[in-house]
Amino acid sequence: MPQLPLPPNVPLSWYLALSAILFSLGVAGFLFRRNVITVFMSIELMLNAVNLTFITFSYKLKQVDGHIFAFFVMVVAAAEAAVGLAIILTIFKNRQTLEIDEVSSLKN
Amino acid sequence: MDALLFLIFAGIAVICAVSLVLQRHPISSALSLVGVMASLAALYLLLGGEFIAAAQLVVYAGAIMVLFIFVIMLLNAGTEKKIVKGPMVRFFALPLLVILLGILGYVVQSLLPVSDPVNFGSFTHGAPADVGRVLFRNYLLPFEITSVLILIAIIGAIVLARKEIE
Repeated sequence: MPQLPLPPNVPLSWYLALSAILFSLGVAGFLFRRNVITVFMSIELMLNAVNLTFITFSYKLKQVDGHIFAFFVMVVAAAEAAVGLAIILTIFKNRQTLEIDEVSSLKN
Repeated sequence: MDALLFLIFAGIAVICAVSLVLQRHPISSALSLVGVMASLAALYLLLGGEFIAAAQLVVYAGAIMVLFIFVIMLLNAGTEKKIVKGPMVRFFALPLLVILLGILGYVVQSLLPVSDPVNFGSFTHGAPADVGRVLFRNYLLPFEITSVLILIAIIGAIVLARKEIE
């Protein structure tokens, strides 16, 4: 059996790099999508990337505090999702659209 | 073995995240986001976060995504319209993106310090008992404040989404 060209264990920085990649993809989705629900899901992706950073540093420092912070981020994300989706519902009720480019009452 | 698991789940996470950004239909994006969250839960397990991995699956991939899909179904959200791109964007966007990512990757890769490898099982304080002990001893006040936050969020959601009563 040929030797796999992998390091025996992954360095900690790879986790941080993965977190940065996911966060950047979330920013890209936030900026480029025009459906308001997809924009909202990109925000959730960014929150998840930050959570991965918390857990990684918690591992590095051998303390459980990072897990607590990730837990609080989850709670805030749940509250944010409830309020945000209610706002989306209200926008749709008033304007019959989900395109954020058409919701521009505050422009000028 | 750890490296293999990391590469598998990191690959799934990145592919699903790219699919989230590129899909035109919100339902496809939502399913991709579920994939990202599930693979992140596996990565939390690799880092020793047992409680947080379970919470990730239950709260994020379960509750929050069901809420999203519920709203997508309720509003009958369709595919996004394509916008017409100018010739400059069409020709230069992809090469410039590749150059930017190449430079960024090189800089980040040369700046990354040599860090310790992650060994599965060397962090053992992520069990629910440990998390609960710290949560209720050191972080009791923030925990209680989040309950108020959630109460406010519930009231806000009801006020925003209710029918107007004449």
